[in-house]
Formats: sequence, C-alpha cells, structure tokens
Amino acid sequence: MAREYTTTRDIVGPLLLVERVIDVTYNELVELEYPNGTRSLGNVLEVNGDTALVQAFAGTSGANPAETKVRFLGRALELGVSRDMLGRVFDGLGRPRDGGPEIIPDERRPMHGEPINPTARDFPDDFIQTGISAIDGLNPLVRGQKLPIFSGAGLPHNELAAQIARQAAVLNRSDDPTKVGEKLEGEFAVVFAAMGITFADADFFMTEFRNTAAIERAVLFLNLADDPAVERINTPRMALTCAEYLAYTCDMHVLVILTDMTYYCEALREVSAARKEVPGRRGYPGYLYTDLATIYERAGRIKGAKGSITQVPILSMPDDDKTHPIPDLTGYITEGQIILDRSLHRSGIFPPIAVLPSLSRLKQKGIGPGKTREDHADLSNQLFGAYARGIQAKELAVILGDAALSDSDKAFVAFANAFEDRFIRQDAHEERSVERTLEIGWELMALLPRAELKRIKDEFVERYLKEPEES
Amino acid sequence: MDQGTIRKVAGPLVVAAGLVHARMYDLVRVGEQGLMGEIIEMRGDRASIQVYEETEGLGPGMPVVSTGAPLSVELGPGMLEAVYDGVQRPLDALQATSGAFLARGVSAPGLDREKRWEFVPTVPPGARVTGGDIIGTVQENVVIEHRIMVPPALAGEIVEIAGGSYTVTDTVAQLRDDDGGMHDLTLMQTWPVRVPRPYVRKIGTGEPLVTGTRVIDTFFPIVKGGVACIPGPFGAGKTVTQHQVAKWSNAQVVIFIGCGERGNEMTDVLMEFPELTDPYSGEPLMKRTVLVANTSNMPVAAREASVYTGITMAEYFRDMGYEVVLQADSTSRWAEAMREISGRLEEMPGDEGFPAYLGTKLAAFYERAGAVECLGGSHPAGSSSLSSDSATAPVGAAGSEGPDAASAARSVREDSKEGPLRPAAPRTGSVSVVGSVSPPGGDLSEPVVQNTLRVVKVYWALQDQLAFQRHFPAIDWLTSYSLYLDRIQPHWEADVSPDFRGRRDRCMAILQRENDLAEIVRLVGIEALSAEEQILMETAKSIREDFLQQNAFRDDDQFSSLTEQDLLLKTILHFHESAVAAQQHGAALKDIFAAPVREKIARAKYATLDDLSIFSEIESDIETQLVARSGVDA
Repeated sequence: MAREYTTTRDIVGPLLLVERVIDVTYNELVELEYPNGTRSLGNVLEVNGDTALVQAFAGTSGANPAETKVRFLGRALELGVSRDMLGRVFDGLGRPRDGGPEIIPDERRPMHGEPINPTARDFPDDFIQTGISAIDGLNPLVRGQKLPIFSGAGLPHNELAAQIARQAAVLNRSDDPTKVGEKLEGEFAVVFAAMGITFADADFFMTEFRNTAAIERAVLFLNLADDPAVERINTPRMALTCAEYLAYTCDMHVLVILTDMTYYCEALREVSAARKEVPGRRGYPGYLYTDLATIYERAGRIKGAKGSITQVPILSMPDDDKTHPIPDLTGYITEGQIILDRSLHRSGIFPPIAVLPSLSRLKQKGIGPGKTREDHADLSNQLFGAYARGIQAKELAVILGDAALSDSDKAFVAFANAFEDRFIRQDAHEERSVERTLEIGWELMALLPRAELKRIKDEFVERYLKEPEES
Repeated sequence: MDQGTIRKVAGPLVVAAGLVHARMYDLVRVGEQGLMGEIIEMRGDRASIQVYEETEGLGPGMPVVSTGAPLSVELGPGMLEAVYDGVQRPLDALQATSGAFLARGVSAPGLDREKRWEFVPTVPPGARVTGGDIIGTVQENVVIEHRIMVPPALAGEIVEIAGGSYTVTDTVAQLRDDDGGMHDLTLMQTWPVRVPRPYVRKIGTGEPLVTGTRVIDTFFPIVKGGVACIPGPFGAGKTVTQHQVAKWSNAQVVIFIGCGERGNEMTDVLMEFPELTDPYSGEPLMKRTVLVANTSNMPVAAREASVYTGITMAEYFRDMGYEVVLQADSTSRWAEAMREISGRLEEMPGDEGFPAYLGTKLAAFYERAGAVECLGGSHPAGSSSLSSDSATAPVGAAGSEGPDAASAARSVREDSKEGPLRPAAPRTGSVSVVGSVSPPGGDLSEPVVQNTLRVVKVYWALQDQLAFQRHFPAIDWLTSYSLYLDRIQPHWEADVSPDFRGRRDRCMAILQRENDLAEIVRLVGIEALSAEEQILMETAKSIREDFLQQNAFRDDDQFSSLTEQDLLLKTILHFHESAVAAQQHGAALKDIFAAPVREKIARAKYATLDDLSIFSEIESDIETQLVARSGVDA
C-alpha cells in the first residue's frame, strides 16, 4: 500500500526530511518524483514521530520541498532473483542495463540478507587453484574465503582479478600425499559488482568475460563513475543477494568480485556527512567497520549446502597507504589480503604481488596432504623466510655495497632475485598448476645452503630438493 | 507489565514513550516480533533502547513492552560446550528454528529446559547456608563438576534437599531465610550481566597461567587472575595468539568471546576444539569451553552486550572455585559498538568519536578479572580439582551456630576427613582476562589501546614487521612487558628451576644489546664489532629463531612446557658461554659459527617431555665441538 506525500521540509545533499507522515518504518523503500520529472528510489534512514529522513539513491538534483512527491512503498529494497540472471548485466539497483528483458523472478529477496549463524558455517578448506604462483604457493585462496586485493591507482588489479576469475578451479582430494589432485569440474559462477569504476574498466571485464565465454556464467551489476553515487551503497548488497541465491538455492560455487570498495566507502561517507553524524577517522562514519562487515561476512560456506561464496573485493589504497581506514578496516574483517606493489610493477613484474605483507589466513587449512601436497606448508614458510632475508640483505647491500655481504647473504640476494623473476613473474594468461608452482619453489631452494632450510621437515627436503644442475 | 510505543527508529536505536515504570538497563521487547532491546537512556517519559536485532520494518506507533528486569544470563549446567550469541541465545537452538541464517525475533533460553542433570546434594536438610555455599554438584561432563551454589543474596536453613535427576528449572532444595520466607533453589540462577558477581575479597597470587607459548611464559608471563592485552595491526596474529592461550593454558574453564570478529574464525574454533585434546585432562578441549560468538555482521548492540555476558559466566565458574580464562577478541569492536550507540544517542564525543566514558567502561570490565576468595564455604570434599585442600570444613559449616547443622553435615560425608569448623583454606577462584585490541592502522596511540594499557598488567605487542618475516608469534620482545614477573618468580623457583629467572633476564639483556648493536651493523657492517659482540649477535639470533619463534600449526611445537623452555634457554646460553670461552682460547669465529651442533639446537624446540635426550646430546656436542677444540688450539 503506497502512501504519497508532498510534505518535504528540508533537502540536504542526498537526504530529504519529510513531515507529517504516518506508518513509515525504518529502512522502508521510497519512490521519489521531482518536479522536473526525475524519478529516484530511496530508503528511510530514520523515522522520528511523524517525520522521516529519506535518502535518495539518485541524488536530489531537481528536487524541491514543495512539489517533490514522496511515496512510501511499505517494503524494504528487494532483488528479484532467478537463474536467468546468469549472462546478464544490471545496474546498481538490479535493473537490466543490457537492453534485455526484465527478469521474471523466482523469488524476491531483501537486499540486506541475514547474518549466517556461526554454528551453521562450514570451515573453508577447499583449495582453489588460481594458477598464479604468488597466490597458490604462498597465499592460497580457499572456497568461502574473502581475500581482497589491495591496490593503487595505475596498478594492474583488474588484470589480476580477471585472471583469477578465468582460471579459478578446485582440485580433487588426492589420496597420495605426494601428488596433487586433478581439477574438479563443477557449477561455477562469477558475480561482478562495479562501484564507481570507469566505463573503460568495466568494459575490460566485460570483454574478458565475453572472450572466454565466461559471460554465460557471470552476472554483472554495474554502477559506474557517472551513475548516482548514493545508489552504489546498494550495489554490493544486490550482487551478494544474487550470489546467495546462486550459491545456496542453485548449488553453485560463486566467486564475487567487488570493485572498487574505496568508492563504495566514499558514498557512505557522503551520506554520513549529510546526516551530520560524528565522524570517525578521515571523515568516514564510525560504523564503517560494521557496515563493511555486513558485506564481507556474506562470504562463506554453509554446512549441508553444495554451493559457496568466495569474495575477491578490490580496493585502491589512497596514496598506497595501507593504514588508511578503508584498507585498514577491510583487513580486519577479511581473511588476509593480496597487496600489489608499485616497485615490482615498475620493474616489469606481473603480477606485482608484494608477497611479504600479503597474507591468506585460511591457508593452513587449505593446503597440505590430500588438498595440495604434503610439503606445501613448510615450503611456503621457507620461501617467505628466505625472501624476507634476501630483501633485508639487498637493503644492506644498497648502503654498504655488495662487498660487505657475507657469503650466505649473497646466496639470499641471489635467491630473492630469482624468486621475483621465476616464481612471482608469470604471464597474465599463464595458468600454472600448483604442482608446477611447488616445483619452481624447490628449484629456488637449491640456491640456498642446505643448512638454511630450517623450516622444512628433513623428509621433505630429501624427497623434493633437487641438486642444482651444474652450469 | 509496562507497555509503551515507538516514537523514533534510527538504526539499532529506538526511542519509546509511555514506559512509566521501566528502569535503566531494563530488558524490553520491541515491535510485533518482540525484538530484544535494553533501555540505555531515559529523558522524561522517553526511553532510548538499544535493540539487539536488525530494526528494519520498525516504525512509530508499534508497541514496546518492558520485562521489568535487566539483561541477565542464565547460569547453570549446560553452559559448557555451548555456543551463544552476545545475549546468550544458543546458536544451535536458533539454527534449529530458523535455519542457517539468523532470523529476527527468535528466542531460545540460554539453558536447555528439557535436559535432565544428576544432582548430588552435599549438604543435608537442616544445614545452615549462606550465599555462595555449595549445596550439591552436577557432573556436567567428564571434565567439569558443576557446583550448585546458593544465590549470593540468600541465606538461611535448607529445609528440604534431595538428589536425583532434574531439569535446570526444577526445585532441588528449599531454603527458609531468617525472616521465615521460603525460597526454591534450582540448578539454575540468573544474574544481571552488568553487575559484577560478589566475592569475599580479592587476593593476589603469583601462580603462572602457563600457555605453552615460549615468548609468553618465559618473557612476558601472566598470572592466574591477571589481565593482559594483545594489540596489533591486522595480520600480526592476534587471533592465533588468543587461540593458543585458549587451547593450551592451564585454566580449568575457558570463555571465548568472538566480539565483532570473523564468522569463519568462530567456525574454526567450533570445528577444532572438539578435535583437540586438553593437555591437562586428556579430554576434548571443547568440554571446558564456552563460546560467545557475536560476529561482525551480527547486530551491533548485542556485540556491546557480549563481553558482559561472557564475563558474568566467567565469574560464575570462578565462584565455584575454578581457574577461568576469559578471552575477548576483540575489545576494539566492543568499543566501536559503544561508539556507534553513543553516536546515535547524540552524546558529546570524546577522542576519535568514542564516548567520553570509554576509559571508565574498559577499566570496569578489566577490573572484573582477578583471583578471589569466593563467597560461601570451602570446597566440598572429593571435588575433582582440589585434592590438596579437600580436607577442609564441610560446606555450610562457616557461620553455622547450632551443633545440629555441623553434625548433620558431617553425617552426609562420613568418608571425608574431619576439618575444623572454620575452613582452613577458603575456596578461591580466578578469572584471567586476555583482551585483544585492533588499533586502526596499527596506531597504538589511539584511545582503546591507551585506555586499555592503563589497566592491564601484561602487554603483548604484536608487530606486523615480525609477521612479514614470518616470525611467529609476532610478539615484539622489546616493547612487550609483564608486571607479574616478581610475583611469579617464587613459583618458578619452586616448580621450574632456581635459575630460570636469571636465564630469562640474561637472554632479555642479550636481545636488548642486539638491538643496540644492530644499528652499528646496519651502518658499518658486522666486521666492525668485536669478536665477543659478534658472538652475542649470533646468540641473539639463536634466541629469536630457536626459542621465540614457535609454530602454532606444528604438533611438536605448539606447546612447550616450562621445563622445556628452561632447558632450551639453558642450552642456548650454554652455547653462548662456550663460544665466548672458545674464542678467547683462540678458536676462529667462523669455525664456532659453523659448529654442527647449532643445527641441533635449532631443532631442540621440537623435543617433547618424554624424550629430552637431545639436550644432553647437545651438551656433549658443545663439549666436543667447542670446548675441546679450543683447548687443542690453545
């Protein structure tokens, strides 16, 4: 039952204060019609007695207090979901954007979703082979994980995300601890949500998906840079509502790519500022953590459910600053982070993943015998330790010159260089099996003195270490 | 019952009018669905309510009903092994009614109403009891004997008591107070979460809470009843450290609060703890654990309540005489919940938007930790955990005047040794609190860290630089501290070794010296140091790599007993002394550093208590490789 009012009193930024309303509820969906004919959806942010504070998704350009029509729709914002959404492109509020027909929904779901009961969660421990050594070998992604890419302006995060989307596959469990299982086929879908990125960036992804026929199993939600900013507050939630339907009703394994979370947070800040809320750090609202959590925590696996949701959010760090509130709060919620590094990028290494500050919190459960290979955990620990030491020695060499390095330091410098060149570097279309990744890791180990391999169990060293070939 | 109507809804905050008789912190039911909420501010006839569930769909005019009682938890058998949300709703019961996703307005009692427990009385009819006295026991599981206590405010004479099988709401005993009023005692009692449970007095103990993590136990130890905080940026290992303490500490009961953290982390605990064996009881760890899981996407007001729910449960087990560890991960999320509610109340903000009372609330929470002398009489004889002082007075004897009660009490437990009327050793228990703090951007000057540091005595500073080098646990040895060292020392001398403290201090000094010298090495290279200093640098490296680094995911490394820790330190120092001596006798530094025994030292941390032979091997190796050789060279 819609109720229409023309009793708007104040208009501030994207917000309208509407008076003398009755039976309005918190978070109710609102339809707005401005005197110039513009229509916008909105929702109720606060209701106090007979006044309601309404947020207009399309902004308030063209609105005025006296003539703006405000209709309360008696329900919250919902998304009509259906399997037919695969292969389609929608706008930030879930309306078709590709010129195709409206979706006939199987059901309508509230956009906010409900939190997963922690006891119903199944722990993510299925290794996902992305075919990228720096991820698979050192910071592996597992099904149901949320692993963001922390990037910066000008870095190739889109290429990396597209490569993950293209190559991601789950491996069969292997009975032999020394062997890696085969790739597993299964129903797999990609849900892509663009918030505030440019048409060029969005087009890159669409072209990528089209070229690899991945578009058939992808759903795209696009709110581009020139679309209304406030609308993008809903975009990731629309995408996740769709993903939940595909995962838990259609039994698909869904990879959700959210880009760029920084623009999302800025939209949130815009609304918060218009409400004159007490700001937290850098003007972002104090509830930014909670708000981001309601997005990121929608990744996961549920006991008894066949499908799963894995999230790869992308965010650009303002000024490459990891302590900026957006990457900072994201890092506190997500299960690790993949950080891209400008100096690696400048040295021409793709993917420019800074492996040392990158982290996958779930890797301990996703790797090892049966899942990947028995030596994976030890080897990755040793690679980390050795690379860290090599970097340290390199810094020392910059100050003191190569001559000041001890023999073992020199070995570590050589290792670090080879590591970047052979392990991290790979082509954007090269799909490396995890077996090949480990093999490269062991080849690099041969550059180090045997006694330095303290973090690897002896039996693995015996089994996998190849003697360096005589050159 | 008091009924009012909603006037305003703003996120988790609802303002209601017409609640005339409601009081501050009363629990209310909001809207048609009866969502749980709590009154946190009253102005005139307007009550501000923080609602523990999503408020979408609420609007002015909807009803609000006050329950007339503050937010309370149910305390009794059935808490262990349970998983609760922030307001003690059992999550498995919610899953049974609403499925994998948390629906709104579902409620379930904190304790199972159907389950029957075998109650064994420990006092006879006619016994005089006061608040806190144990009137009987329920063997809750193989590990924990649940001691049924008289609620703190009650005292009088037990009129009727009988053993048997009861649910938590059945009357197991009747008590007549001094004014002749009759009270039914059940296995369960309720307690308002924001009120600390009473005790006789706080006591200071120096008994270490052993965690099996070397850098903690040796360098920055915590006592039973102590408070510690773990600040650190994301990815530095706060949660893993918390889990290590929950898994391996020598506490009897562990309360783990996942406060505004990741859902998958709680799942990890839920799936792992039943599989892991408690090193002290040999039973699954879950049997001594209560989980409070209010993940980051669950309602923020319930997150605010979750730490109080947790600490009230901890105090209850403490009151039975147990050693309890409470872990809050993370207190920053709790503070943020306070900030969010405070912002909606339009309160004047303090630092960084946090409410001005942040420091007071944090201090009041940490002050609920401590070792105490519990209310009521001493332990009943034969109770599982207290073999040493089981020969104390019968329960209820304290304060008893008539000979009837005492003799009746004696007749109940004829097998127990007779004790004096006044208990020799009062029942004691403790709550240790370990809170993690997640400072934004790793900035330790922010308000939550600073207010926490004012009250805690142990500081485990996590460093992301160490984490990048995969030095785990990434506890920075130079900035961390423990103020309990002097209190613990007598216990170390008695239980570990008289030299342990000395060795610890020596190693700490070496690490400090390494830090001073590192600057020189960075500028002019290691060659600029004297031979002795170079040995020191190598020893410091050995302390870091062979002692401080510990792999939480490796079976043979995750737990290290104090004895092993002492042996390891002793070995590293022994190599150091021998190296210095060998060098003075003319051995070349590179030969010393290349001694094969060093590889053995690096592996010594994987030794287990059953087989410590590696330490004597190392000793003889040091003898042959350093001491003997230097003799020859000289």
